[in-house]
Amino acid sequence: MALNKEQIAKRIAQELQDGFYVNLGIGIPTLVANYIPEGVNVVLQSENGLLGMGPFPFAGEEDADLINAGKQTITTLPGSAFFDSAMSFGMIRAGKVDLTVLGAMEVSENGDIANWKIPKKMVKGMGGAMDLVAAAKNIIVAMQHTNPKGESKLLPACSLPLTGVNCVRKIVSDLGVFDVTPDGFVCIEYAPGVTIDEIKAKTAGKLTISPNVKEMAV
Amino acid sequence: MNKVVANADEAVRDIPSGAMLMLGGFGLCGIPENCIASLVKKGVDNLTCISNNAGVDGFGIGLLLENKQVKKMISSYVGENAEFERQLLSGELEVELVPQGTLATRCMATGYGMPAVFLQAGYGTEVAEGKEVREFNGKQYLMEMAFDSDFAIVKAWKGDKMGNLVFKDTARNFNPLMAMAGKITIAEVEELVEPGELDPNYIHTPGIYVHRIFQGKDYEKRIEQRTVRQR
Repeated sequence: MALNKEQIAKRIAQELQDGFYVNLGIGIPTLVANYIPEGVNVVLQSENGLLGMGPFPFAGEEDADLINAGKQTITTLPGSAFFDSAMSFGMIRAGKVDLTVLGAMEVSENGDIANWKIPKKMVKGMGGAMDLVAAAKNIIVAMQHTNPKGESKLLPACSLPLTGVNCVRKIVSDLGVFDVTPDGFVCIEYAPGVTIDEIKAKTAGKLTISPNVKEMAV
Repeated sequence: MNKVVANADEAVRDIPSGAMLMLGGFGLCGIPENCIASLVKKGVDNLTCISNNAGVDGFGIGLLLENKQVKKMISSYVGENAEFERQLLSGELEVELVPQGTLATRCMATGYGMPAVFLQAGYGTEVAEGKEVREFNGKQYLMEMAFDSDFAIVKAWKGDKMGNLVFKDTARNFNPLMAMAGKITIAEVEELVEPGELDPNYIHTPGIYVHRIFQGKDYEKRIEQRTVRQR
């Protein structure tokens, strides 16, 4: 069985290390915060100007001045800090943020990512995505392996306008975990119940199966 | 030195049609609600607005859009506004989409007196079209220009009559950067106090950047995504 969104988030949470500063994008990446492993302390960065983002507030305690990058009401944790938008992207650009998790519409075998625009259909803007993918030293993409039509989103080359070039290093999809290497996608884990043949059939870009491939633990 | 004006109408009195304005805020968080209302009332048009977002239908910059006062938006994300999308697709409105960090840093460069900055964001994408590319340490950077903005309009939590500003929580966002970047900077604050009442150690924007200041009123502070957890 392919993974659901919660399971994708849970698998990505296994990548978190104690002391990491982490930026989580909108959608599946946000769910990663629910599965931070016991004993691992991470600080969540919200690019609108906060380090130390906490959970949603209790009803009645929402504050319009305290939101995350998805414009949701949030809270702070002890030790948090506010800053302006230039400093926020400055710390991202300077490599201070250890891990960025974001969604994608397409990823190419050389690590290009497209996730901001569908010509003539969706013109919402890139927000902070281009800054994040250009600068973060460690980017994990959380995505469905195929689009609603069943077509692969792991491609030889992206067909949609790019967000960044040669920047994605790892993908966690509903079918498995993939490193993005100079040699294309390398499958290192498969989801429980998903076959290697299914992964091959649904991956349009260059794919190799790691000799050490194993079942994902989720 | 007298920077204090009576209200938003007086603060925006000389903003003409065709002006280039910076407007602080992220989403609806930390937007200059009073000045936007006065600009709507004043009816100036052909505005170029530099703002991370374009408000929502019926609030924030959305009010200026509905009133057909905006010629061009320079923003990073405009996905919350149906009227914006309609005007864009019909060709009534120009838009320059800028990566959010690039937008913030271009505002910063303006306020720091730097003509341009070199940034990686957008290299290899359509954002790079027409821009000079320079290589530093084996990596490619786009040359991004500072802005030439006539006015900056920001919203702060507290301010004193010298123009010193303090922002609250994530309502800080683009506000201090834009405050530095206006040829004329207008600050509306929730609480206007006498000089000396704000601790100089905790000033976010020194008053030198602020030309006009007033205490705003009737802040609505709309929440875009009200998310809560159960007790």
